[in-house]
Amino acid sequence: MTDVYVRQFETLAGNGGGEGPAWLPGVRRAAIDRFTSVGFPTSRDEEWRFTPLAPIVRAEFAPARPAALTRVSLQPFLFGHPEWPQLVFVNGTFTPELSVIPPQPEGVRLGNLAGAVVADGPLLEQHLTRHARPEATPFAALNTAFLRDGALVYVPPDTVLERPVHLLFVTSPDAGGTVAHPHNLVVVDRGAKASVIESYVSLAEGATYFTNAVTEVFSGENAWTEHTRIQRESERAYHVGLTHVDQARGSHYRSFSLAMGGAITRHNLHVRLNAPGIETLMYGLYLTRGDQVVDNHTAIYHDHPECNSWEVYKGVLDDRSRAVFNGKVFVKPEAQKTDAKQTNRNLLLSDRAKVDTKPQLEIFADDVKCTHGATVGFLDPMALFYLRSRGVPPAVARKILTYAFAGEVVNEVALEPVRVELDRLVLERLGYPV
Amino acid sequence: MLEIKDLRASAGDKEILRGVSLVVRKGEVHAIMGPNGSGKSTLAQVLAGHPAYEVTGGQALFEGRDLLELEPEERAQAGLFLAFQYPVEIPGVTNAYFLRAAYNELRKARGLEEMDPIDFLDVLEAKLKTVDWEPAIMSRAVNAGFSGGEKKRNEILQLAVLEPKLAILDETDSGLDIDALRIVAAGVNQLRSPERSFVVVTHYQRLLNYIVPDVVHVLVNGRIAKSGGKELALELEARGYDWVEEEAAVA
Repeated sequence: MTDVYVRQFETLAGNGGGEGPAWLPGVRRAAIDRFTSVGFPTSRDEEWRFTPLAPIVRAEFAPARPAALTRVSLQPFLFGHPEWPQLVFVNGTFTPELSVIPPQPEGVRLGNLAGAVVADGPLLEQHLTRHARPEATPFAALNTAFLRDGALVYVPPDTVLERPVHLLFVTSPDAGGTVAHPHNLVVVDRGAKASVIESYVSLAEGATYFTNAVTEVFSGENAWTEHTRIQRESERAYHVGLTHVDQARGSHYRSFSLAMGGAITRHNLHVRLNAPGIETLMYGLYLTRGDQVVDNHTAIYHDHPECNSWEVYKGVLDDRSRAVFNGKVFVKPEAQKTDAKQTNRNLLLSDRAKVDTKPQLEIFADDVKCTHGATVGFLDPMALFYLRSRGVPPAVARKILTYAFAGEVVNEVALEPVRVELDRLVLERLGYPV
Repeated sequence: MLEIKDLRASAGDKEILRGVSLVVRKGEVHAIMGPNGSGKSTLAQVLAGHPAYEVTGGQALFEGRDLLELEPEERAQAGLFLAFQYPVEIPGVTNAYFLRAAYNELRKARGLEEMDPIDFLDVLEAKLKTVDWEPAIMSRAVNAGFSGGEKKRNEILQLAVLEPKLAILDETDSGLDIDALRIVAAGVNQLRSPERSFVVVTHYQRLLNYIVPDVVHVLVNGRIAKSGGKELALELEARGYDWVEEEAAVA
């Protein structure tokens, strides 16, 4: 099953393997070797046993190719201010003619990896594949083997990006049967502030394709980073993603992850706290229906004292859909005064929907505050009756309560236009009467 | 307005209402009193269509319509309102949204156009005065984190906005301090009109000092054991419920 990718790799390597500095081919080669030796995960792997990977493993996806799209066709996916920087990738390849990159403060880099490997060699060598390492998961290894393009966001020290950067990954209507491996690098240097939105969207509704994404984030000393991930792939597509975040002293990182597309979705969010005084907020929302499967694995590594992490993931599941949540919190012996809280709440709209939720706390320090909680349940019948007793029909009452459940976590997004868009997406999906 | 005949209802295997009969005319205020466990709250909730109870006999007519045939939302649309003893908290839904949704559903049921949020604010502003409240309360989630008094006040605000023909107040006085009780009672008194009837369910006579009833009923063991004027409430306050229970047992 890995053969098809090895053949694709050799073909690419024979063609020069894409542009780039001298060290990159070695990184790619090591990654394909890694992928070949570990292979795709199986249901015997504890980390993957709830993720139905068979269709992804069985399918032999061809490498995605660039495609011509019009700016108009992207309209449904754009939001916020027209002057927000927008980096558009079609089938994994940067498309400058669809992108908008307004002038930025001195030293800011907004662009793509393929274009940056020459100009920003030292920056890339310092960060690329250093955070999200190919060893993290077999899919990260596969992604790295095909590392060619993706977004580069660099914010130099003490610089504030006034507007969020929207990274838009769109699949073209003819991209059925292909795989893209976008690889993004976001570096927010010390004292800097940035908000980055990563959207995975599709013009190929109904098509089966595979997105295998990796995003690396470095949040420097006292930096402030907001990272929003919106996954609304085709409901027949497969989406696997790894986001790895490294945080330096005193930094603040907040993520919001919305998953509503994809037939099978797996997202790993790993956050490593590399110094004291760090704050991390992780919010997630998954909305599933039909036969969709969404699997969120998060891991936070409290390696140093006096760091706070706060995590809330919520899910709304309809029909026969399935969700998996696994939340790891590792607290090292030296990480005293850690304050970590994790919550996973699931709302079932159908009695055929299913959730596997597993908090996994490994705490080796004694002076810490760590809590976790997980719930799976149906709508509160008393709240339904309350609404009905005020004249609201049950179908409307259910939508109001479902939106209320999901809306609580959307409200945590700091940036207002982003929050408004997420709200709109949730309302639209739930068919909520506005 | 409301005509209840020999109404029987159970929760699970337990029969709680064992033949309640009652007539409430337009503009009247009826108080239903009784010891704990007599079925007062059950009566209120059965009339609103609470799913936990099963009606096993009798009938309830609301303006001549068979109330028990209607879904809870249809009862509300027909003009019935229950002020809950334990108002439900709904995190994530603002009071303003909740009230407008309900208000518009009632309008729709009457063939009227829905009201937009801006116009609705004007309606609200006037109604907030009924319970002496600031508009800030409208942006809070429905009852979430409200004190006991705030929750009851919120019920009266809903009553003021939804303008039912018949309002049933289920132990609206329970858990209220004297100031909150005065505000809630003043709100109800402002809403009294020759067109609107009230059924006030209460354990204590205290509330009836403020909301003076036309008729007082004593519910004992799932039946109305005694009815009288407002003086009956005072007598119950002075003598307790025992003597009514004894009379009922003899009868």
